[in-house]
Amino acid sequence: MSRILTLLTTAVVTALPTLAFAAGVDASDIKRQATNFPAIIMFVIFVGITLGITYWAAKRTKSAASFYTAGGGITAGQNGLAIAGDYMSAASFLGITGLVYGSGYDGLIFSVGWLVGWPIVTFLVAEQLRNLGKFTFADVASFRFAQTPIRTLAACGSLVTVAFYLIAQMVGAGKLIQILFGLPYLWAVLIVGVLMIVYVTFGGMTATTWVQIIKACLLLGGASFMAFMVMLQYGFSPEALFKRAVEIHPKHVAIMGPGSLVTDPVSAISLGMALMFGTAGLPHILMRFFTVKDAKAARKSVFYATGFIGYFYILTFIMGFGAIALIAGNTASPADNPFLDQSLVAAGKDVITAIRGGSNMAVMHLANAVGGEYFLGFIAAIAFATILAVVSGLALAGASAISHDLYASVFRRGRVNEIDEMRVSKIASVGLGILAVGLGIAFENQNVAYMVGLAFAIAASCNFPVLLMSIYWKGMTTRGAFIGGFIGLIAAVAMVVMGPTVWVAVLGNAKGSNPFPYDNVAIFSMPIAFIGIWIFSLLDNSARAQVDKDGFEAQYIRCQTGIGASGASAH
Amino acid sequence: MSTVISQVRANPKFAELVRKRNSLALTLTIAILVIYYGFIILVAFDKSLLATPLGANLMTLGVPLGIGVILAAFVLTGIYVTKANAEFDTLTKEIVEEMK
Repeated sequence: MSRILTLLTTAVVTALPTLAFAAGVDASDIKRQATNFPAIIMFVIFVGITLGITYWAAKRTKSAASFYTAGGGITAGQNGLAIAGDYMSAASFLGITGLVYGSGYDGLIFSVGWLVGWPIVTFLVAEQLRNLGKFTFADVASFRFAQTPIRTLAACGSLVTVAFYLIAQMVGAGKLIQILFGLPYLWAVLIVGVLMIVYVTFGGMTATTWVQIIKACLLLGGASFMAFMVMLQYGFSPEALFKRAVEIHPKHVAIMGPGSLVTDPVSAISLGMALMFGTAGLPHILMRFFTVKDAKAARKSVFYATGFIGYFYILTFIMGFGAIALIAGNTASPADNPFLDQSLVAAGKDVITAIRGGSNMAVMHLANAVGGEYFLGFIAAIAFATILAVVSGLALAGASAISHDLYASVFRRGRVNEIDEMRVSKIASVGLGILAVGLGIAFENQNVAYMVGLAFAIAASCNFPVLLMSIYWKGMTTRGAFIGGFIGLIAAVAMVVMGPTVWVAVLGNAKGSNPFPYDNVAIFSMPIAFIGIWIFSLLDNSARAQVDKDGFEAQYIRCQTGIGASGASAH
Repeated sequence: MSTVISQVRANPKFAELVRKRNSLALTLTIAILVIYYGFIILVAFDKSLLATPLGANLMTLGVPLGIGVILAAFVLTGIYVTKANAEFDTLTKEIVEEMK
C-alpha cells in the first residue's frame, strides 16, 4: 500500500517545482545526518553577506515604492537573474536532478514544462504589467474596475497561491536541512522564518532582489561546475556518458526515452497547462516586473530569465545522468559504494533505489564526488540559501497583497498615507513569517507535495484569466471578473481536494473513492474561469459595467504606449 | 487625459503599433503552444517515437527534441524582444513625441 501511495504521490508531485523531498523519497526515510560543518560555515558566510545587503537596503527603503519595487531601479539583467532565482528553487535543483537520476528522460519532460511559461509571460503580460501597474498585479487587474471586489479577488488569489507555495517550501526546507546540515527540523524552520522576516521587513524588495541575485549566481555557477566536471570525465562526449549511465541503471536503455511518469494524455496536457499559464499568474513572479524602469526593461528581463532557466534545466539533465554514472556506478561492486545505503543494498535493492538519502540527494552526492567535501558544503549552503530566497520573495508578495490591496485599497478605500501602508506591510511580513513557521511545524509530517501543484493550478485558474482578460477584453466587467475569478479559484481547489492524491493519500479515504479522477486539474478549472468571466460579463447590465467598458480605451492607450505609466521613482 | 486619448487614437502610427505588436505576439504565442503541446502529445501518444535511437547511438530522438523545445522558448522570446526593442519602441517614441 505504501508503495502505491509513494508511486501515486511521486507521479503527481514530481511534476512540480518544490518536489524535492517527494520525488521518490518517503518523508519517513529521512534521517538526521551528522552535523555538516563546512556547509554550516558557508551558509553563515552567505547569511552574513545578505544581512549586510539588508542593512544597506534598509537605509534606502524609506518609501512605499522602494519597499514594494526597489524604487524601480533594478536593471533588466539583474531582474532576469532575480526572476530566474525565484524559479530555480532548491527543490527544482534537487528534485529535477533526482528525477533524471531515477527515470532518465522523464526529468527533461518536466523541465520543458516549467520553461514554456516564460514565452507566454513575455508575449502577453510582461510589458503590459509594467505599463499599467505600480506595486502588485492587482493594480493591473483592477485598473478600470471597481477596486473593492477586484482587489479582494486578486488578493485572495495571491494569498492562497502564496500560502500553498510557502507551506511546501517551509516543510521542504526543514526536511532538506535535516539531511544537508544535520540540524533539527524545528531549528531549520525557525532559521528560515527569522531570516525571511529580517530580509523582507527591513530590506523590502531591494534586499529580497539582491538575495535572489546572489543565490542565482551561486546556483548557476555551482551547477555549471558540476556539469563541466561530469562532461570532463567522459571526454565531453554525451554518448560516452549515456553509455555508462545505461550500463549502470537498472532500467538500462529505457532511461533514454519517456517512461511511466506521464501516462494518460489528459493529465499530461493538464499538467502542461498549469505549468505554462500558472507561471504567468504567480504573484511573486509578476511583482518583479514593477522593479524595472520601463516596459523595455520588463521584456528584456524575461528574455534573460528564460535563458538562465533554460540553461539551468539543461545542466540538471547532465547532472542527473552524471549522478547515474558516477554515483550509482561509483564502484564496480555496489557493496563497496560509499554513496549507497548498505542496508538497502543488502536487502537486494538496485543501485538507483539504494542511494543514501533518496534520489533527491543524487546531486549532493555528485557534488561530493566531483568536488570533495568542501564543494559539497558549498552546494548544501546554496540549497539552503535558495529556499531562503524563494521564501522571502513569497513573503513579500503576500505582504504586498495584504498591505497594498487589502489594507490600502479595500479597507481604507485608498485614503491612506504611505507611512501607514508601509507599516502595515511590515507588520504583514512579520505575521506571514510567524505563520510560515507555524505552518511549517504543523505540516511537518503531512504530505505537502501536492501543494505546489495546487498553487500553480490556482494561479492558472484565477490570477491568470482575470489578468489576461482585464488587459485584452474590453467587455469584461467587475461582476464578470469577480464571479469568474472566484469560480476558477474554488474549482481548482475543490477538484484538487477531490482528486486521488489529496482525497486518498492525504485525507485517508478508501482507495478509488475519490470523486474526481485527476490530480492535474488545470485543463478543467482554467476553461471554467474563462467561461465564467465571459458569461457573467455578458449578462452584466449594471451601471458599473458601463463604467468598466468605458474605461477600456484609456487603459488600452496606456497599456500599448506606456503613456502615464508609473515611472521609476526618484532616488 | 481624454485629449491624450483622442490624440493617440487619431495617430495612424498608433494603429500600426497595435497591429504589429498584436500580430507578432499572437503568432509567437501560437508557435510556442504548437511546439510545446506537439511535444506533450508525442510524450502522451507516441513514446516509442521519442525513444527511437539516432543511428547507432544511444542518443534518442527525444533528447534533441526536448532540448529543442527549451531552445525554441528562448529563441521565440528573443525574436519578440528584438522586434519590440527596435520597431515597437521606435513607434511608441514617435507617438509620444508627436503629442508634444
